[in-house]
Amino acid sequence: MITPMAPILEVKDLVKKFGEFAAVNGVSFDVGEGEIFGFLGPNGAGKSTTIGILTTLIPPTSGEARVAGWSVTADKDKVRHSIGIVFQDPSLDDRLTAEENLRFHARLYGVPRGEYLKRMESVLKLVELWDRRSHIVRTFSGGMKRRLEIARGLIHYPRVLFLDEPTIGLDPQTRNHLWNYILELKRTQHMTIFMTTHYMLEAEYCDRIAIIDRGRIIASDTPANLKTAVGEDVISLTPADPAALAAELKEKFGLTAIPVDGQLEIHVTDAESYLPKLLSQSRSGIRSVTLHKPTLEDVFIKMTGRAIREQEASAADRMRAHFHGGH
Amino acid sequence: MPQAAAIMTVAERELIRYTRDHGRVVTTLFQPIMFLVIFGSGLSGSLSQGNFGVNFIQFMYPGILAMSIMGVAFFSTVSTVWDREFGFLKEILVAPVSRTSIALGKMAGAAVIASFQGIVLLGIAPIIGVRLHWALIAPLYAFMILLAFAVAGLGLFVASMVRTVENFGVIMNFLVFPLFFMSGAFFPLTSAPLWMKILSEANPLSYGVDAMRRIMLSGQVASEVLSRLLLRPAAANAALLLIFAAVFLTAAVVAFNKRA
Repeated sequence: MITPMAPILEVKDLVKKFGEFAAVNGVSFDVGEGEIFGFLGPNGAGKSTTIGILTTLIPPTSGEARVAGWSVTADKDKVRHSIGIVFQDPSLDDRLTAEENLRFHARLYGVPRGEYLKRMESVLKLVELWDRRSHIVRTFSGGMKRRLEIARGLIHYPRVLFLDEPTIGLDPQTRNHLWNYILELKRTQHMTIFMTTHYMLEAEYCDRIAIIDRGRIIASDTPANLKTAVGEDVISLTPADPAALAAELKEKFGLTAIPVDGQLEIHVTDAESYLPKLLSQSRSGIRSVTLHKPTLEDVFIKMTGRAIREQEASAADRMRAHFHGGH
Repeated sequence: MPQAAAIMTVAERELIRYTRDHGRVVTTLFQPIMFLVIFGSGLSGSLSQGNFGVNFIQFMYPGILAMSIMGVAFFSTVSTVWDREFGFLKEILVAPVSRTSIALGKMAGAAVIASFQGIVLLGIAPIIGVRLHWALIAPLYAFMILLAFAVAGLGLFVASMVRTVENFGVIMNFLVFPLFFMSGAFFPLTSAPLWMKILSEANPLSYGVDAMRRIMLSGQVASEVLSRLLLRPAAANAALLLIFAAVFLTAAVVAFNKRA
C-alpha cells in the first residue's frame, strides 16, 4: 500500500448541499504526489460535485479542500494554475483546429510561446494527434476528442490532472489505449491523477480508490486490499469422482469442499499460490479448474447491499425528485 | 498571467470563429448592400422632404450605421451562450484568468466584428449619396467601436443570465426594437415626448447615434440646425458609452461568478 508522504490533495469534512439535498456529505481524504486516486461510485453519488469543488468551479457549503497546498476557496487562481481537467462532457471548441484549441489554452495559462510550440508537439504526439493538428475538431471522432482534451489538460504541466469519467462513451479498444497514455504520464511526469469512474475495471488502474455512495466515502484503500477485505477467492473444481476428491481435500489440505452442480467449490485466501500445490498433490483426478477472485463490484455490493447498476437508477430518481419539486 | 494577453486570446478566438462562419461573413457584406438598394431606389426620393433642415440621407446615415453596429455587436455575444451549451465555457471559467478579462475579451471580439460591418457601410456611403469627408472616418470608427463595446456589454449580461440560445434570441428581440426606435435614428430625440427622452437617456444606441450624427453633420449644416437635432457633445456621449459598458461588464461578471 502506498502511503502518501506529502499530500497534494487534502480534503476535510467537505459538504455541498443543493437546497436540502447533500450531494457531498462530509467527505475527507488525502492524495499523495504521484498517486492515481479514484472515486468509484454510481452516477449521482457525488463524484462530479467533488471534482467541481476541487477545481474551484463549485463553492463548497462547508469543509476544506486544498490542492498543492492552496485553498480552493481562498486561492482559486493558484489552484487553477496547478490543475488540468478533463471534464465528463466535451469542452472543446469544435470550430477551431486541434492546434488552436491548445494555443488558446496555453495562452490563458501563461505558457510562453517558444515553450508552447515544444509542448504542443510533444503532447499531440503523445496522444497520436500530431498529424491532425490543423484539422477542425468537429471532424474528430469521440475518442480523438477525448485524447485532445487530455493533451490540452497537460500542456500547462499541471501538478494534478483531474479526469471526470475519462472514458465514458468510448469503445473498449479506445479505452485501453487511453489508459496506456494515462499510465505513461504517471511514469514519465510523476503526475498526480484524480479520477472518477463508475467502471469497475477502470478503478483497477488506481493506486487507491475511495468508494463513494450517496455523498459519503464508504471505503478507501488499494483495490487489492478492498477486495481482500470482502472475502476469499473461490476455486471451482470439476472432479472425475466428487466423493473421492472431497475426501482427499479434507484429508490432505483440511478443506471443506461445497458441492455445487456437480462441481466442488473451495474457499481460500490466496488462490494463486494454493492452486499449484493442490493440483500437484491431488491424486483423485481433476478435469477442470476455474478461479473467481472478488471484484470491486463484489466490494460495492458488500458495502452497500446493492449492485452499482441498480444503484444508478435510484440515484437518478433522487436527483429528479429533488430538482423537480420533490419537496 | 498578464491579463492583456488573456483579453487578446479570448477576442482572437471570437474573430477566428467569425471568419469560419461563412453565413455571418456574407451577412456582414450583404446587409449594407440591402440598405444601399433600399436607399438607392424610391425611399430617399419620397422621404427627402422631411423638415429636419437637413438632407434625409445625411440625417439617417449615422442612425443606420449605429443600428447595424448594435445588431451585430449584440448578436455576437450569443457566442457565450453557445459556449455554455457546448461545454467550452467550463474550459474558459476554470482557467487562471480573471472573469473581467474574459468578459473584456468577449466584448472586444464582438466590437471588432461589428466594426467590420461599419467599415462596409462607410465604403458604400458615396454610392448612396452620403457626403462623407475622409477625415471623419477615424472619429466615426472610434464611436463605432465604443458603441459596439457598450452594446456587447449589455449582450454579455443577457448571455450570462440565460441558459439557451433560444432564450437569448427572445430577450435580444425584445430589447432591440425599443432600443432602435428610441435611439433617435429615425427622428430627432429633441422633438420626442418627454417619456421617450427619459428612456433614451439609458439607451446606448442614442449616445452612438447622437455622436455619429454630430461628427457627420457638423461641417455641413448651420449650428442652430445642429442644436435642434442633437443632445450632447461628443465627449459626453463617449463618456456615457464607457459608463454603460462598465456597468454591464460588472453585472455580467457578477452573474458569471454567481451562476457558473
